[in-house]
Amino acid sequence: MAVDVTIRIAGQAGQGIQSISAIMGKIFTRHGFYVFINQDAESRIRGGHNFDQVRIKDGAVYAIRDKLDYLICLDENAVERDLPHLDQDGVMIYDGTKSEFKSDNPNYFSIPLEQIALKHGKSKIMVNSVATGATFALLGFDLQPLLARLIEEFSAKGIDIVERNKNSANAGYRYIQKNFKGVSADKIPPGSFSKKKMLLNGSQAMALGAICAGLKFYSGYPMSPSTPIMEFIASQANEYDIIFEQAEDEIAAINMVIGASFAGARAMTATSGGGFCLMVEAVGLAAMTETPAVIVVAQRSGPATGLPTRTEQGDLNFVMHAAQGEFSRAILAPGHAEQSFYLMAKAFNLADTYQTPVIVLGDQHLNDSYFTVDNLELDRISIDRGQIVFDDQLFSVKDYKRYALQESGISPRILPGQSQAVLYADSDEHTEEGHITESSDVRNRMVRKRMRKLEGLRNEMSTPLIYPSKKSDVVLLSWGSLYGASKEAVELLNRDGISAQMMHFSEIFPFTAAPFITKIKKKSKIFAVENNYSGQFTEFFTKETGLPVFRKILKYDGRPFSPQEIVSQVNERI
Amino acid sequence: MTLEDFESNDPIAWCPGCGNFSILKALKQAFVELDKKPCDIVIVSGIGQAPKTPHYLRCNTFNGLHGRTLPVATGIKLANHELTVLAEGGDGDGYAEGGNHFLHAMRRNIDITYLVHNNQIYGLTKGQTSPTSGLGFVTKTAPLGTISPQLNPILLAIASDCSFVARGFAGEIEHLTGLIKDAILHKGFAFIDILQPCVSFNRVNTFKWYSDRVSPVDDGPEYDSSDRMAAFTKAQQWGDRIPIGIIYRQKRPTLDGQLSAIAGESLVTQKIDPASFSGIFETFR
Repeated sequence: MAVDVTIRIAGQAGQGIQSISAIMGKIFTRHGFYVFINQDAESRIRGGHNFDQVRIKDGAVYAIRDKLDYLICLDENAVERDLPHLDQDGVMIYDGTKSEFKSDNPNYFSIPLEQIALKHGKSKIMVNSVATGATFALLGFDLQPLLARLIEEFSAKGIDIVERNKNSANAGYRYIQKNFKGVSADKIPPGSFSKKKMLLNGSQAMALGAICAGLKFYSGYPMSPSTPIMEFIASQANEYDIIFEQAEDEIAAINMVIGASFAGARAMTATSGGGFCLMVEAVGLAAMTETPAVIVVAQRSGPATGLPTRTEQGDLNFVMHAAQGEFSRAILAPGHAEQSFYLMAKAFNLADTYQTPVIVLGDQHLNDSYFTVDNLELDRISIDRGQIVFDDQLFSVKDYKRYALQESGISPRILPGQSQAVLYADSDEHTEEGHITESSDVRNRMVRKRMRKLEGLRNEMSTPLIYPSKKSDVVLLSWGSLYGASKEAVELLNRDGISAQMMHFSEIFPFTAAPFITKIKKKSKIFAVENNYSGQFTEFFTKETGLPVFRKILKYDGRPFSPQEIVSQVNERI
Repeated sequence: MTLEDFESNDPIAWCPGCGNFSILKALKQAFVELDKKPCDIVIVSGIGQAPKTPHYLRCNTFNGLHGRTLPVATGIKLANHELTVLAEGGDGDGYAEGGNHFLHAMRRNIDITYLVHNNQIYGLTKGQTSPTSGLGFVTKTAPLGTISPQLNPILLAIASDCSFVARGFAGEIEHLTGLIKDAILHKGFAFIDILQPCVSFNRVNTFKWYSDRVSPVDDGPEYDSSDRMAAFTKAQQWGDRIPIGIIYRQKRPTLDGQLSAIAGESLVTQKIDPASFSGIFETFR
């Protein structure tokens, strides 16, 4: 039996939607399934209309599905707003005592969620556990894993909270069994329990990747959707001897990072577009002083405050060109959680090797979405600190030159206090020693030195993922968080008899030097899919490859693409 | 260590007679007297005339952006707390562009020394108003005279619970040398506002103007620098008499002193072994 079930939990901010989705995600991951959870939340702490969507599959899953199999309404507004998204045979749970909604559809289950919560959980807030219990009953999934997970989840909050949650879940489960005999569908088989796989979101994967790559210093200022990165690092700082400092603003954050990195510690910051605006001058500072710096930019819809809790890929041009003048930088854009982990480690190695800023571009859809990951392998992480030299490697301690001209553009660096030599680093144009200069000759050499790094970086960039490998009529071009939706879209297109391949870039800038164009059919129609208005990557791609893009499929309403949406747009325009 | 150990071969680009020469001299002298090695010192500077200072002596230097000395210096000190870290800039750099960082560096009490060359005018950009320009002071950007009152950095620092607050004068090199030594030895954020005549653009606050007014405050029966209320009163003196010396100091835990990550080795010397992170995945399983 193929398993592919999508459950939407809808309600208000503060109703515990995310705690249900996380609980479900973990249970099904532990029972052998793959889970993808995306969050659709308003920028408010209480009220409004939010939902989390949990997709459970028997194989790897990286994208949302348009149609819902289950809709769990935690408040009356959810019925009206979310019902149109329910599949024809879909199942809905709602509280008929709280809603005017009436239907004779046998798949719509009215449950007095609030009354049960008050009776068994002694509080309205327990509605989420009641609903989860009821959902498990309808899915035909055992109650025990849910009760066990609730103990785990809430034990830190005390036995009373644990018991109230358990009683609520149990009561929801029993309510379905008692009042709707025989409705339980065998939607998800029991699977086999194992704690091998992980469930984590893009932000957590990035933070983990950074820590495992030897992050020693983090400074940042909270900004959605990047904040979970800083919170996870802060939570681990004590255990792993990392210094975490919450800065007064993003300018301070990146300048602290540059200071720590200059002294020799692996250092990073994370922000979103607005915070990155404040960091921009210092991105140039890192490049000019040739100090490694890793910056995560988790994009959200802009400009200005935009849609603070929603997704967009609108900052590619911005990060590609951010800061005055010309210099080398690298931009990576992972497509999913596992890739986020490994690319963070790569970002640190590139920053250290090329002594220049490296930007990792995420977005709300990647950073907030949870993925089941088979494993993250520490032995796939290597730490390359680049050319850090000590006295025994120096030709002369007295005449050490921080910016000694080299063919690669990279000069061996000492760390202050770790050598008898001293170094001068300067944001002004400088000599090889690092002193301020206005010499046109030195200026020319130094500009060329810094720009030569770009060629080295270009050779480090991986080619795009081309999947499946069979040359096809349609090529879906995408980057970053579009990985999941475009991968599934090509699978759907091929299933429908349209030969299609995806070409997905996760290492964006500089454009890879390695050949890959021969892997697609010369006459294929390239459809570029991007979560922005103008097709920023598309233009870059065409400029670099000379390949024209047949059609752009764009979306900028702050919501992620579903695979079905891409498929229908391809079908419409082919 | 001798003064020669701190000689730099970089030619000086200041105007002849600039107050910065004396500050440079005091700084070198302080390092020699404290027996600091050039390789164990980092000076972080911003943009302006003052921030050129570290180029003119031999020590590790990070000459960064306008106004951003303190975050960079904080990062350096946290990454390697064995280093003697100083930040250096002018009044524009520190009190205008970098004002927010100043507040938070004081709050954190990071163990660094902050020297502000305060000439009450913008020198590098050739004569515009500074936050410390006096009322009525005529500049290219205040042709009718400055109408906003001048910032009092000493008062601001005491109010911000800064753990070492001092004022020096470029014309009193020996006194300034002593202040810089005390500031470096102080455990915590040590701030010195240094009156520095600008011979090219400030024809009001000249060497003579300052010399006629500065009057040293010393701890003794007359003055107790640990008395915050007395310090507030002292900090408000300006005009006929301008106090120089340590206006306020207190003992307070430092940021770097409270972090368990660097209770032993500095971040920079800690060895990283990816295998040591295997436990970190457990919460996700």
